[in-house]
Formats: sequence, C-alpha cells, structure tokens
Amino acid sequence: MTCVHLLLTLVFAVSLGTPVEIQRPRGVPLTSIQFYVENKPFTCLDGSRAIPFDRVNDDYCDCKDGSDEPGTAACPNGSFHCTNAGYRPMFIPSSRINDGICDCCDTTDEYNSGAKCENTCKELGRKEREVLQKMAEITKEGFLLKQHLIEEAKKGQQEKKSKVTDMQGNKKQLDEKVEVLRTVKETAEQPEKEAKERHLKAWEEQKAAIRLEKDKAKMAEAFFVSVSELQSHAELDADADGTLTETEAQGLMGGAEQVDTSTFESVWPNIKDKYHSEVSREEADMSCLVSSEVPFGKMFFFFFTVVKLSAQKARDDFEEAEKALREMDDQIRNIEKELSFDFGPDAEFTYLYSQCYELTTSEYIYRLCPFNRISQKPKYGGSETNLGTWGSWSGPENNKYLLMKYEHGTGCWQGPNRSTTVKLTCGKETVVTSTSEPSRCEYLMEFTTPAVCQEPANTDLSPHDHEEL
Amino acid sequence: MAASRGRWVLLIVLLCVSARAVDRSNFKTCEQSAFCKRQKELKPGQSPYRALLDTLELSDSRITLQLINDNNKVRLLLELYRLQGNMTRVKINELKPLKPRYEVPDVLISDPFTETLSVVSQDENSLVLSLGGKDQRLIVSAQPFRLDIVEGPQVLVSLNSRGLLAFEHLRARKDTISHKISSTVGSMWDSLKSIFSSKSELEQVTEQENVEQRTDEDGQIKEEEDKPGMWEETFKSHTDSKPNGPSSISLDFSLPGVEHVYGIPEHADTLKLKNTDGSDPYRLYNLDVFQYELHNPMALYGAVPVLISHSTDRTMGIFWLNAAETWVDISSNTAGKMMFGKILDFVQVSSEAPQTDVRWISESGIIDVFIMLGPKPADVFTQYASLTGTQSFPPLTALAYHQCRWNYNDQEDVKSVDQGFDEHDIPYDFIWLDIEHADGKRYFTWDPSKFPQPKEMLQGLMDKRRKLVAIVDPHIRVDSGYKIHNEILSKNFYVKNKDGGDYEGWCWPGNSGYPDFTNPEMRAWWASKFAYEQYEGSMENQYVWNDMNEPSVFNGPEVTMHKDALHGGWEHRDVHNLYGLYVQKATADGLVERSGGVERPFVLTRAFFAGSQRYGAVWTGDNAAEWGHLKISIPMCLSLGLAGISFCGADVGGFFKHPSAELLVRWYQAGAYQPFFRAHAHIDTPRREPWLFGPENTALIREAIRQRYALLPYWYQLFYNAHRTGYPVMRPLWVEYPDDVATFSIEDEYLIGKDLLVHPVTDEGATAVTAYLPGKGEVWYDVHTFQKHDGEQSLYIPVTMSSIPVFQRGGSIICRKDRVRRSSSCMENDPYTLYAALNSQGSAEGELYIDDFHTFNFEKAKQFVHRHLSFSANTLSSRNLAPDSQFSTASWIEKIVIIGGSQPSSATLKNADGTESALEFEFDSTLAVLTLRKPGVNAAADWTVILR
Repeated sequence: MTCVHLLLTLVFAVSLGTPVEIQRPRGVPLTSIQFYVENKPFTCLDGSRAIPFDRVNDDYCDCKDGSDEPGTAACPNGSFHCTNAGYRPMFIPSSRINDGICDCCDTTDEYNSGAKCENTCKELGRKEREVLQKMAEITKEGFLLKQHLIEEAKKGQQEKKSKVTDMQGNKKQLDEKVEVLRTVKETAEQPEKEAKERHLKAWEEQKAAIRLEKDKAKMAEAFFVSVSELQSHAELDADADGTLTETEAQGLMGGAEQVDTSTFESVWPNIKDKYHSEVSREEADMSCLVSSEVPFGKMFFFFFTVVKLSAQKARDDFEEAEKALREMDDQIRNIEKELSFDFGPDAEFTYLYSQCYELTTSEYIYRLCPFNRISQKPKYGGSETNLGTWGSWSGPENNKYLLMKYEHGTGCWQGPNRSTTVKLTCGKETVVTSTSEPSRCEYLMEFTTPAVCQEPANTDLSPHDHEEL
Repeated sequence: MAASRGRWVLLIVLLCVSARAVDRSNFKTCEQSAFCKRQKELKPGQSPYRALLDTLELSDSRITLQLINDNNKVRLLLELYRLQGNMTRVKINELKPLKPRYEVPDVLISDPFTETLSVVSQDENSLVLSLGGKDQRLIVSAQPFRLDIVEGPQVLVSLNSRGLLAFEHLRARKDTISHKISSTVGSMWDSLKSIFSSKSELEQVTEQENVEQRTDEDGQIKEEEDKPGMWEETFKSHTDSKPNGPSSISLDFSLPGVEHVYGIPEHADTLKLKNTDGSDPYRLYNLDVFQYELHNPMALYGAVPVLISHSTDRTMGIFWLNAAETWVDISSNTAGKMMFGKILDFVQVSSEAPQTDVRWISESGIIDVFIMLGPKPADVFTQYASLTGTQSFPPLTALAYHQCRWNYNDQEDVKSVDQGFDEHDIPYDFIWLDIEHADGKRYFTWDPSKFPQPKEMLQGLMDKRRKLVAIVDPHIRVDSGYKIHNEILSKNFYVKNKDGGDYEGWCWPGNSGYPDFTNPEMRAWWASKFAYEQYEGSMENQYVWNDMNEPSVFNGPEVTMHKDALHGGWEHRDVHNLYGLYVQKATADGLVERSGGVERPFVLTRAFFAGSQRYGAVWTGDNAAEWGHLKISIPMCLSLGLAGISFCGADVGGFFKHPSAELLVRWYQAGAYQPFFRAHAHIDTPRREPWLFGPENTALIREAIRQRYALLPYWYQLFYNAHRTGYPVMRPLWVEYPDDVATFSIEDEYLIGKDLLVHPVTDEGATAVTAYLPGKGEVWYDVHTFQKHDGEQSLYIPVTMSSIPVFQRGGSIICRKDRVRRSSSCMENDPYTLYAALNSQGSAEGELYIDDFHTFNFEKAKQFVHRHLSFSANTLSSRNLAPDSQFSTASWIEKIVIIGGSQPSSATLKNADGTESALEFEFDSTLAVLTLRKPGVNAAADWTVILR
C-alpha cells in the first residue's frame, strides 16, 4: 500500500538565502493559512462539515469542496498551490499532484510519483522578465508611434472634413450650372428633334411602298404550279421531319394539285415566311436598312447637319458640366465613406486605410488590405482567392479593436464562404506576422501594429513572489 | 493547403455526383450483380441434389459423401465434421473442380478440434449420425439432399430444406476462340494447338474427364446454357473479365422456432435483422461508401459472415467462411412446411411454429459453414471464439478518450490542442493525425513543412504521458522517389491486374499501387517498416490507423478493386473481404515487432472480416453529424460485438457535417459508454474541440469524458474477459436476459458487460427517455443518484442536458478510479473505489483485474492481479482468482460504497495477516448507501470487511 503521508511542515529556502520556516499543509496558499490550524478541527471551506485535523491531506476526500486535500489528488475538485519562488505562484487542479508530470516549476506537485522534476523557477522567472522587458520596450515605443498616428489621423480627418465642406459648397454651384446648361441644350435640340421626326415619318411611308414592291417580285419569282415543284422546297416542311410530303405540299396549296397565278396569290401568304430564294439576300439588306435609326437622303442630310451643329455645342457643354458634378460626387462620397469607418477610439487605425500588407509563405502570398479585403494567391501561378472582405471589429467586449473580421470570401466546396480573423498585437512595425487555417476556410492572420499598443503601466518588473515572503 | 487539396476535391466531385448522401448508383444491387441475380432466380423447391450414400467414407474426424446434381450430373464432395464444443462443420466443394477453388486461410486460429462422428443408422435414403450430447443427431437425407440437426424431438437447423443449394461448377468457356474454331476447322486447330501449348492439352484432358464424370449416371450430357454475366460483367464503365466463368455458391438454412436473427455486420441497420423478402438481401462486400444511408442492407466497410439466431429455447450461430462478395437473404416462414422423410421419425412438427429461413450466396470459393449449436448465448460466443479467436487485449490507454480530426494541421496545432485539454481540464490519451500529416500522402513519412520535427512533437506528448496515432493506408503512391513504393516494386509485392502488370488505381495520393497483403512475405516486409529505424520520426508512443483498406480505389468498380485483379494465383474476387483483415494484421504485427514482442499493439481499421478482432479496433466509418447516425451507432456496435469484434466505436460528433452543440454533447455522453471512444471530424467542418461550444457545453463534455475515465478499470476488466472468452463487451440485453422476449429487439440501450445498463439520450430536445430494466426479481441502481428500481419494467426517466442514464445491476460490484487525471497513464497507481450494488438477497459480486496495462507480460509471465470480490451475509471479501499469477500494484482501496444495504453498527477490516481495524463509515438512510472510509488495503491483497 502506498498511502501518502501527511506532510505539514515545509521548509522554504528563498532566493535571498534566508531560510524561513512556515508551517502550513501542503498545497495551501499563504492567504488561506488561517483556515488550517494544527490540532484544531478543520472546517471545510464551504462550511459543510468539520473533521479532525489529521484528516487534512490524509489522501482521502472528506470535504465536498475538496478543501481538506489541498496537497493530494484525493478530491476531484481540489486545487493545489505551488509557490514557485523565483517565478509566479499558481494553482493547479489537484488531479495533477503526483501524476508523473512536472507542472510546478518548483517541483512541489510531484513529491511521491517518482517523476524526476527539476526546479526551473529561476530560469522561467528570468525568461519571463526578459520577455516582459522586451514587451515593455515595444509597448513604450509602439505607444509613442501610436500617439503620432493619432495626431496624423486627427489632422487628416480635419482636413478631409473641411475638404468635404468646401466641396459641398462647390457642388452647389456646379449643380446650378448643370441645370442652366441643360435648359440651353434642350432648347437647341428642339429643331433637330422635329426635323428628325418629320423625316422618319416620310421614311416609314417610303419603306412600306418598297416592301410591297419587293413582295410582289418575290411572289412572281416563286410562282409554281404543281405539288412536285413545291416539294423541292424542304424548308416549307410543316412537321419539320425533314421532308415535305405530297400531302403536306397539297395542304400548303389549299388542297389543289396545280394552281394558276390568281390562286397562287392566296397560297403565297402561307409560305412566304419560309420560302428561300435568291431574293432573300435583298430581303436581308432591306431589313438592315429598315432597322437603322435614321436614314439619310441627300436633301435631308444637308438640312439636318445645320440643325445638328447648333445643338452639338450645347450638348457638349452640358455633358462636361455633368461629368464634373459626378466626379465631385464621387470624391465627396469616398471621403465620407472613409470618415464613416470606425478607425478606433482615437482614429489610430486610420493610417491602415487604403494600404495593403503582404506575407509570403512557402505556398502562398497573403495580402491584407485593412478595411477592404484579404486575399491569397499561389506563389507559383494560379488565381487569387478572396479570403473575406471587411466585416467588423470583433474583439472581446472590453476591447473590440483587437480582432478584425473579414467575411464572405470565395465559397468553399461543401463548406462555408471563406472568412478571416485578424488578430492585432502591439508592435513597432505594421506587418502580417503569420497566417493559418485552423478550421477549413476559416483563416487566422496575426498582424502587429502600433495602433493597439496600450499606454505602458508603471509596473515593477521584479519577480512575483512577494506574496510568499 | 488549397492546392494540395484541390486534387482530391476534384476527385470527389467526379466520383460522387451527390455530395449530400450516398450515391446508390455507385453500388450494385443484387439485380446488378450477375451471380446474385442468377442465384435469386432459383426459387425454393425440390433440390436437384442427391446424396450418393454408397460413397460414404468415415474416418475418426469426419465423414465424406458425394452429392450429385441430377440436372447436370456434376458431383460435389460433402464433408461433415463434428467439432469440439458443440459445433458442426459442413464443407461442400466440387469433387473434381477444373482448378482449385479458394478456401479462406488465416481466419481460423487453428484446425478446429474434431470429435468422433458415428453412424447411428442408415437406410436407402438416409444416414443418421450422432453428434453426441443429449441425443443430438445429424440426419443426411439422400434424395432430395438435405441435412437436419435435431436434438431429441426438435429440429435445430435444416440445410437445403428449401432446395437452394446451388453450386456453379467451374467450366471451360464455350464461346472462346478455340471453341468456335474447333467447331468449324476441327482437327486442324487441334493439331495446331498441340504444337503451341502442352498446357492446354492437359486442360483438355481434365475437361474430358469432367465430361465423362458428368455422363456416367444416365449417359446424357446436359450442357447448361450460358447466362448473361457468366463470363463477363459490366457495371457502369467497369468490365469484370471473369476468366474463370461462373463460380457462385448458395445454401439455405431453416431455423424452426426462431424469430430473431442478428449479426452479419457491417450494415447501418437495426440490431434485429430484417426480413429481406421484397428488398435486396444484406450484402457483405467491403466498400468505401461515401455518406452512407441508414436502415439499408447495402454493404459497408467490413464484413463478418456470422449470423446469430436466438429464441427463448436456444441461441445458435451460423458462420459462413467465405471471403468473396456475399448476399444474405432472410425470410420468415412457418416451421413444418418443409418437413418430410426421415426427420419425421424424429421430430414433432408444429406447423404453426415460426421459422426463419436464411440463404447465403457467395460469388466464388467453397461452402464451408460452421453451425454453432449453443445452446446459450455465452456458448455461441465461446464456440465462435474457438474458431476465429478472441478480441485482442488492448493497452489500457486505447480504451481512454481519443481526439481526432482530419486534420490537425501541423505540430503547432497538435501542441495547442494538447494544451487546450489541459487548460480546460479535460482528460485525453490520444491525438490523431489523418492523411495530411504525411509528405504528399506517402505514408510512413512526415510533411516536412507541417511536421518538421515529429519526434519533438511525440516527446512533447510523451512528457504529458499521452500518445499519438498516425494514419498508414494501404494504397501506395506510385512515385519513383518514394522508398516504400520502390521497395514494393522491386520485391514484386503489388497486386497485379488481370494482364499481369502492377494494378494501379486512384486514391488520396493520386495514382497508387496496392500491396498484396494476402502474401505472407509482403506482410512480413510491411511489418518490418514499423521498426523505429525504418519509420523515421516514429516513437513508442505512436500508434497506427489503417483506413481505406476495403481497399478503396476511387476509380475502381464500386470504389474498390477490380475483381479480376490478381493476388498470386487467386483473383481479387476470392479474397476481397479478407484484404482489410490482412492489412490490420500486418500493421499490428509490425507494432509488436518494433517493441521486440513486449508491447501490446493498438491499430484501428475500417475494413474487417471474421477474425479481425484479433488485431485491434474498428470504427463504423464515415458517419454524419445527424441524430440518426448517433442512434445507429448502438446497433452497429452491438452487431459487431455479437460477431466477435468488441472494440467498436463510431466517430463522436459525426464525421461529415457540423453537429449542433446539443448533438455533440449527446454524442460524447453516448460515446463515453461505447468501447472505442474517439471524436473525429471531416476537414471541411468547423473545428469542434470540446471547449469550442461555450463553458456549459465544455463542462458537459468534460463530465462525460471523466465518467469514462473513472470506469476504465471496469472496461479494462471486461476487455480482459473478452480476450479470454470471446464474450462481447457491449451486449444486447437479450444476451444476459435470453428468456425475456421484451429484450429481443431493444437497440436503444445495452449492457456493458452484464452489470451496467446504458440508455443514451439520442433524441434532439429530449426531456425524458424510457428505459427497459430487464430481469424479474432484479434491481437496478441509477449510478449517479443510487436510486433503486425494480427489474422487468419500463422506466420513464426525465433527462436534462447533463443526464446520461446508466444503471448498475443489483448483485454486482464495480471497481472505479474516481480520481480522474489528464490521461489514463497518470491514473496508473491511483486507488480504487468499490461500488457494491446489492441484489434483493443482499449480496453482490464482481471482479478486479490489474496488470502493467501495456505489455504482454500478463500472458507471457502471468503478471497480473485478478480478484474476485463478493459481498454476502454482511461480509465483503477479496479473493484471488489466479493464484499462479504474480503482480504487485501500488493501487489500494480508498473507499467502498455499498448500495442498497442497511446501517451496520460497526465495520471491521480483516487483513490477510489476521490484523483487524475498525473502519469509519457513513450511512445515507434515504438511499440506503453505506460508505466505508479508507480501508487502505492494497488492491492485490486478500482482505475481508465484516459489517455488524
């Protein structure tokens, strides 16, 4: 039987070299020491019951809240405190006590498992301080850059706002100008329009006459008298089976075997739409003529040119003014759009607008254009894939500006549309540092920017073990 | 990422027209399978077969007889064996086949032991043989031929009673060039032929003999008409050349008094097999079915041709040892309809009695069938285990929780998932890597950019006492830069196509070869590839998963290998269902060898056959995140367990599609109580590690997994027993309550061993389940509340999201390790808590099994602890079940919980050395639960606790 023995006394040799003896049960933090008084009944921390003190850490769970076994794995919900002198103290689930795995850097969690643990707290503490130091430097510099970015952004915003106001004033003038020119144009166009209409009417009449004549000519050419003659024209086949049977031909001819000219006139309307002959080419020419918008007779052409010339100038003037107005509208809209983005509480993300940042991996080139879109392009040829367009800030409630969400990218086979989450961390540089696809078609991009650097707190970077001393 | 996956996406799009459900048209119906269609055209009636009793030969171990088909005069040889342990083996082959027919090797663990089969009586039309035991007789009726096994006045089973014995003899092809020319040019061709080939001369001789043999009865040759599909068969764009022509076999079995038959996995169907009249028969043909449908007799990934029949009178089994494509028809009938002749001298026939008729049809090979006569369920398990072996005893860690996904992308991903489990305080033992881990799907290698330092990764896991599984599939990328391919090529180990070249097909890596796993030399070579120095980057905490071993061939007929492909002298047709078993066997052998024979292997397989239980675990393949799939996982694993394969599980969460949080939680709760417990997900699905569904669901999943870990000692002991006896670990209720008809069709609850009854919640939004608690006079205790319920009742149980209805049988003692840690290895030396649930007589018993949890020393050196725990007359004691075994454990008894007892005035622990000590205890009088505090005795010791 391997029963773990109660161990009440721990001797701490702290980094300063002065041995300090503190009596407390294994796994209890200093903050709770008052609840564990030797030789007095122990009351479970949830108050559920009291037990003799020798049942604290006796490797049997008596308290429902696990508080009687802070130093053994007996309770399913217990927690063990390691001091980790030189590093930071921590609580681990008591199930990790003596499980053969070194969890506490001071090795105190493995006191009876045979696991060979080394005390790594000093090393960890040193590393952590180094990292924190580095982080602090980056944060400090980043935060300075951020202030600069904020200034720039505010300046830029002011400029843009006043620009919009200016432009809106100019636009008003331009609006008026356009209206004036429109009236001028419409007046100038009146004679032209009338002339056109007049001529069109005449042309329609002329066209009808030509058509009638052509039809007659065609009928004359087509005139035939027998069923067999008609049968040679397969295009007249009624049931489209490819041959014109005798019966079908007779049907077209109104039941007769043969017809004379006058009867043919009654047959002709049945077949003329399908009938093919040499005239059909002329027919095509004519239909081309008919469909063209304005026919130019010589007389008409002269008249029309004069009228048109006077209208053209008014038209050009008007169009020029209208174009200028449209361009101004676009500019205003673009600036307004830019101003409408949420560039952070102090507009610190403004500088990212209309910029793009690339990261090249072994297979792809990733391109992040903040507030616009993210794409992925194979390094060695192939088309670009949209990994999402700007959606929203989606960080946690306390700081939504730590994550960007880009959505509705190219669809995945049998899956969702691609989307990307961009995780922003404080850095001096503005760079994409990594990309990954943790879940199919859901990308994760890490991006450093000074814009998320927080004001450095005036923190003391010395080890966190004061509590234990 | 996208580029490498582009290829298979395209493949899948091409192959699987419907992406949402199985494309049935990819798979044959019986009508589309030429031999099945031919066989099904034969209807029940008078059999043309006649036994020639004068050909009887009797030896100590068997009798033989010739059968003749009066229609075509072909003779068959019938062999009958009486096997030890109450079994009868019936073998039928052609007396003189044109060439040998395939007899399945390597499935039986040894030649079954025979017992003397003696002739009791004989007349002109029958032969009565004694099967020993309680007046058991085997009656051979000569004309029409049939076999009946009777016990006293009862017929147990009849063979060919419906006249469906049909044996397509091998024959020379009539429409070959030689046949056509010889009919016109005659002798000229014969002389030409003799110049070119001496072999064909030989064949001709055999052919003549065969014809002679067929004519000797009445001098008439009745040439059978060729039917479509006999010599060539085309399905979709694939042609099966069938150089050997028709070769199918069929035999019917009638089971009087039987209404319930089970087994013949793998099908996504009910536990109780359905009547197949009017539908396709159940099909056994290992296939990679994309997004399989539920409640369907279609073939799936594995096949075990074992059918179990059960009635209140008797449990029996039929083991049809044939590895070719097989169809099983099941119909209900009335007993007595087919009774006539000699048997009527023996039996009383009630024409009203129900009967189940079963007909087996296979494409090639011989009839080799084992009739396991029971009579109890446990007897059938023992009988089947004596033929094909028992469940391999897995290392304990394999019974713990497995976290899988297609794919964990890279080493970083593996590390962060591993950390995620610790951060959320959820135990797990294994993380799995699917096909993307290998370099270009070249198995035995690692993707150099995603897994540049596999050993570093494995060491990281080992430091947490955890393990990893990496996939190794049997399709080998054809690539002259790939060592494995080159070696197989140079050793000539690939399966051949019909023309003798290396068979190639499409699978994950693109063009692939398929090693011939039926070749023992090939298997030995394959096993050697798992040696640490061969498999670079592998370590002892890395195990293996064999997928796609049906084998899956994306561009093959029915997504598998062409039947005319060649494995040495045999066609793929003959060996198909056996291929997957060999793959897993060779892999498991490799894992044993790499440890110098010390460590127990763990290999998961998707394809399997009878005997696969000896090599590891199986799972139910590519299921989907649907409630129906969660439900069907129960009957699917129960059916597998009945057929010997206990180590079964379904992908928790469902492989395809995205489970709702509710479905995922329910699946974890169900999976925690199934033998193989692994979560898995398709690459296209969103991530679903247990902590991604909010803190409440994380807590629910954590609790389900913890329940699994606490019960690991019980699971381990059951697997030890399964390994020794062949009893399934996960059991249908009827196995333990064979007389309770109400249990016969239950498939929404089951027993783990005989002492735990589980009714998982498998309905969306369920607020209650109704569980049937079996056993008259039995009592059941809710394991969470200790509430007591009487047996033989349907119990309405309100449920919440945290409920997993589990009951412990009164009369049982279950050992748990209630200190759940982050992996099972971390719990190795932890103490046990004994849960003794008393029956109505106030007694209970159970077992405790302990060993080193991972080596073969339990077997080789008898290093284990096996204790019998019993409670009666207020005394609980632990007794050694294996006095000749030796093992010392650090584990001790931390607590004893006696459920359903009364309050004692004192509790005394008596140690083996006679010392006594008083135990403290608490008694909860409302639930009648007595808790004995900290007996502290070593788990391997003899001890007694006396309550007064």
